Formats: sequence, structure tokens, C-alpha cells
Amino acid sequence: MLGQFWIAYLTITRKEIKRFTRIWVQTIIPPVVMVALYFIIFGNLIGQRIGQMDGMSYIDFLMPGLVMMSIITNSYANVVSSFYGAKYSRHIEEMQVAPVPNLVILLGFVTGGVARGLGVGIAVTLVSLLFTDFSMHSPLVVLLVALLTSSLFAMAGLINAIFANSFDDISIVPTFVLTPLTYLGGIFYSIKLLPEIWQQVSLGNPILYMVNSFRYGFRGASDIDLSTALLVILSFNALLFVVSLILLERGIGTRQ
Amino acid sequence: MLALEIENLQKTYASGLQALKGIDLEVEQGDFFALLGPNGAGKSTCIGIISGLVNKTAGSVRIFGHSIDQEFTFAKSLLGSVPQEFNFNTFEPVEEIIINQAGYYGVPARIARPETERYLKQLGLWQHRRSQARRLSGGMKRRLMIARALVHQPQLLILDEPTAGVDIELRRTMWDFLDQINANGTTIILTTHYLEEAERMCRNVAIIDEGNIIQNSSMASLLQQLNSETFILYLREELQHAPQLASFDNVTRLDQHSIEVEVPESLSINDLIGELEAQNIVVERMRNKVNRLEELFFKMTAKNDTAGLA
Repeated sequence: MLGQFWIAYLTITRKEIKRFTRIWVQTIIPPVVMVALYFIIFGNLIGQRIGQMDGMSYIDFLMPGLVMMSIITNSYANVVSSFYGAKYSRHIEEMQVAPVPNLVILLGFVTGGVARGLGVGIAVTLVSLLFTDFSMHSPLVVLLVALLTSSLFAMAGLINAIFANSFDDISIVPTFVLTPLTYLGGIFYSIKLLPEIWQQVSLGNPILYMVNSFRYGFRGASDIDLSTALLVILSFNALLFVVSLILLERGIGTRQ
Repeated sequence: MLALEIENLQKTYASGLQALKGIDLEVEQGDFFALLGPNGAGKSTCIGIISGLVNKTAGSVRIFGHSIDQEFTFAKSLLGSVPQEFNFNTFEPVEEIIINQAGYYGVPARIARPETERYLKQLGLWQHRRSQARRLSGGMKRRLMIARALVHQPQLLILDEPTAGVDIELRRTMWDFLDQINANGTTIILTTHYLEEAERMCRNVAIIDEGNIIQNSSMASLLQQLNSETFILYLREELQHAPQLASFDNVTRLDQHSIEVEVPESLSINDLIGELEAQNIVVERMRNKVNRLEELFFKMTAKNDTAGLA
């Protein structure tokens, strides 16, 4: 039985990875180009006038946040578009008629999202080498935060796709929720620059914990305590995992 | 052994529509079974519940004795289904769609590949194996779904309108293929609007209407219920009015050279020809208006009119 589920999991994962690698010009290249522009404009041109941020050059400060932004947006985008596409053209039914537990469907789609998030993250990191020296304070923290964050946003994308009834619905959350939270999540500035009240407000933004723990992994500096950040990320992962699984089990948005 | 056992199956949609009102149905292993009914009768809902695409409101479904609720993994492994509408990723190559489907059933690609080749060849799709599915014609897409449903060797195959939109030549090829699958031991449940198809292929039949099973019997005993048949007669000479025939009540003039006559079970075609010849009306040729099952089906599902049933 487990062998059967393992093959099903590998099939979904392989299919998901093939889907975004087949259209790499649409999925891998645009985020890399966009982040390269961020490095040129904010890192090189404006960054030189900003000077130091949190005891490091602005481009060094910026780099982990931009990589994290790419991971977040791509892991989310992969699952939301793939799962909604499967719903829209009804090929989600291929899995529903087969003896594939919902847990396996969830893990397969999330692995696909994680693969794209990490793939784009690695590509963006390589591009960053054109602008800044590569250094990693803790590779384990970098890897752990990248994995947990991409899985978290892959599940968020899945939930968005479950509730979406049109292609418009899969762009509303990224545009009006994800992008503002990402931009206000400490990618471009340290929250220590903010007035006290806005520092407290910023602590309510989960992306702040991901960006800062990721920055800690690269630079050894963070606005947030690492263990607190990891606890927050793990808690959100657990929450979204349970919610995704319940939604799939109940067939909300996928079964009549 | 029963391939399918349905008890008190009910489905009420969120809109309040009661699509199934507690149906009971049994299909024997090895049978070629027709599930018929007008549009909106509840056929696709029933198939959707068996396949796991629709949540039931109440009742139970067993596939070869295995409950789709308690033993869903095993029950689903025994089932293959061909839905009414295309439900594959049209951007994927044909071969990949089938191998992936096998993977969902836990069949590794190395085992699925030769099976895929076999079915694609049998269904005339082998030369299109690397084409994206969206480039296939409608008939090819239907055959692709049949190959996909068979790749994991199901013991029960459910076909929901498998030949819809398929030309008659191809339809006959598909009938032969399905006959062969059934002869090899696969139980088949077929829904179709081509009643000629059901009459030709199926040994047993259930008719569902407004969420209830209104008929469940062998095809032969169902057809015996037909107490009249309607024929269209093509005449040599022009007719201005429908002829008055002493023994036949329902005679309708269709045009100058053809009439429609309902022949009751108690009378023969010879009686009809004899009465027409007595009026110097020469019949050049004739045909059934619809096939026998179609005639019965119309009578059984006609609203407020079941008088035609024996």
C-alpha cells in the first residue's frame, strides 16, 4: 500500500516539476530578471547612497530578502496556478478517481511548489553573485528556512486555488495580500528604522520572520530571534497543512 | 459475484436539487450493463459517486464487495472510468497522460509503458503518442480516455457516453474493442444516448429517471415489453392525405411519398402491407422510425405518459 502511494506521490511530483520546467521561460527567467533589476537599482544605484544597514552594506542586506521574495512568490504561484488549472480543466479528476489519498495529492503539489521556489531561489542567488560576494553564516538555517517557507506558501497557494472560481481569483491574493506583506516584511529595510508602534505592527507580519531568519542564515544578523522566527514559520506550516488537508478531504471546491 | 452493489444511494446538491432519491442497483461480474436515462435523470451523479468525484448524501456503494467509504483504496483500484467530458491536461503528450494515470494507481512507469503501447495501438492512437492531447480530434480524445481508464487493468469499467460525437464508423470500431474487453472478463457499465449502442452491446439494463430507477431487467425482457413499433414507409405514388386503415389507428402522412404507421404487437407487417395494397398504395421500402429500445425508452421516460408500457 505504501509503495503504491509512493509511486503516486512521485508521479504527481514529477508531473508538477515537468510542468514548470517545460515552460521555464515563463516560470524561471522572469523572477531572475526582476531580481537582477532590483539588485541594479536598489542595490547598486540607490544602495550606495543608503550606506550601511544593520552593520552591513545595503546590497548585502538586500540579497537574502530578495532571494526569499522569489521563493515566496514562486512557490505560491506554482501551486495556485497548477491546482486551479487542474480544477478548471478538470484533470484533478484523474487523481480523484484513483486510489490516491488526499495527503499524497497535497504532498505532491507542495513538493512541486517547493521545487520551483527553491529552483528560482538558487537561480536568483547565482545572479546575486554578480553584485555581491557570496557568504553563508549558517547553510543549515538557510536550507531549513527556504524549505519551510516554500512549503508554507505552496500550501497557501493550494488553499487559494481550492477557493478560486476564476483566474481572477488566483491573482487577487498575490496582488493585494502577498505583495504588500512581502514588501513590508523587512526585505528592503530593518524594522529598527521604524517608529516603535510600526515595529510592533510589523511583528504581526509572518513574512518578517521568514525574511529575517533567512537573512540570519546568510549574514548572521536578524531583527527577530531565530528560534522565535522558526517557531512562527513551523506553526504556520502546521496550520496550513491541517487546513489544506481538511479542505481536500471535504472536497471543498473540488468535489460536488 | 456482484461487481457493483448500490444501496439506497441518495444525493442532494447544495442547490436543493435531489439528483438521486435512494436508488438500489446490482451489476453482476462480467456483465455489460446499460444505465440509461434522459438528461438530468441522475446517471452522471450516480457514476460520479461511484468514481469518487461526487460526495453522496446517503447510501452505500460496493465494488466487488469493497466499500468505497471504508476500503476506498482497494475499491478504487478495481475501477476504471471514462467520463462524459474531457478531463485531461490538454497540454500533456498522449503517452504521458496514460503513464501518469497508471502512476496514480501505483503502477510504475516501466510496467505502464508496455500497457500504454498496447492500448494506444489497439485504439489507433500509437502514432499520436507524442502529440499534445489538444491536437487530437474529438474521437481520438474519447479513445485516449478509454486507454487511460484501462491502463491499470480495472475489473469494472464505467463508460459515460464514450461514443458521444464519434462518427458511426469509429463508433463501430469502439464497440468491437469494448466487446473484446468485456469478453476478456472486464465488467462494463455503459451510459449512452445512442440506444442502438445499448441494445447492441448490453445484456442488462437499468433506466433512471428523476433520481429513481424505473426499470431494471435484462435487455431481452425489457424489449419484450414493447407492445408496438413505429415504421416509416416510402411510397411509390404521391399521397395527398394519410390513408384510412381499418386496423391501424396511428397513421401520419410525413410528405407526399412517406407515411408513419404504428404497428401494434397484435398485428404484423403483412397486415399493414395488405391493407395498403387494398387501397392501391405500393410500398417501395420501409424502416423502423427508431430502434426498439429507443421506442421503449421514450415511452418509459415520457412525462405523465406511461400508457405505452405493457
